[in-house]
Amino acid sequence: MSETIKLHYDVDGENFESAGQASHSVKKSLRQLGMSPDVIRKVAIAMYEGEINMVIHANGGVADVEVGDDDITIILKDQGPGIPNIELAMQEGYSTAKDNIRALGFGAGMGLPNMKKYTDDMKIDTVIGVGTTITMKVNI
Amino acid sequence: MKIGDIRELLDAELLCGEDMLDHDVYAACCSDMMSDVLAFVKDQGVLLTGLVNPQVIRTASMMDMVCIVFVRNKAPSEEMIELARDCGIAVMRSASRAFEASGILYYAGLGREVEDV
Repeated sequence: MSETIKLHYDVDGENFESAGQASHSVKKSLRQLGMSPDVIRKVAIAMYEGEINMVIHANGGVADVEVGDDDITIILKDQGPGIPNIELAMQEGYSTAKDNIRALGFGAGMGLPNMKKYTDDMKIDTVIGVGTTITMKVNI
Repeated sequence: MKIGDIRELLDAELLCGEDMLDHDVYAACCSDMMSDVLAFVKDQGVLLTGLVNPQVIRTASMMDMVCIVFVRNKAPSEEMIELARDCGIAVMRSASRAFEASGILYYAGLGREVEDV
């Protein structure tokens, strides 16, 4: 593969039921590109967790995926409230999700740690009151 | 164990995935917390849950799971079944409770292939 393939998605923050559509689409695209199941799984899980977070905490945002020769980059950008304490947010089990989100099966405080676990590199840029951008890379 | 065996053991109603009944599965996970499924499950082909929303199907799909059993006769929507079909996931529902269904499958050998079954 010589040129970078770019995918762009709007993540609807109003509809929890449709959350995950972008990840689902990326998974299909990577499969069509003939990526290994292991790489596809890592990208799909990390992006899905991020997408769910965007819907739960930030009223949606945009997701960009770039497939290069050596790695896949996932950029999730929202205009939500920002993350006040990244260190705390990265701890397994820590969550600010409300009970209504837990009732839907999420908000166990595993999202960010899981995103880190399934990617080879993860960077969080967050500004309180402005938004958060998470950049993740998965090596091919 | 085959997906068809799960249907028989749990006396479950198959909602989609007729063509997957001969598919082999080796382990299962039982949870209503999709966060935990995403965090802790590895190579487990079957998800048993009492949670009913489209994220159950999406979670199973992201984890490459091939079969979902809704316990306590929970009924997924048509949209959920359509999504499962699109993801290549067999879906069934059983009147069994989660603990009971897990026990039946475990006793029958699911998840114990390396032990003495």
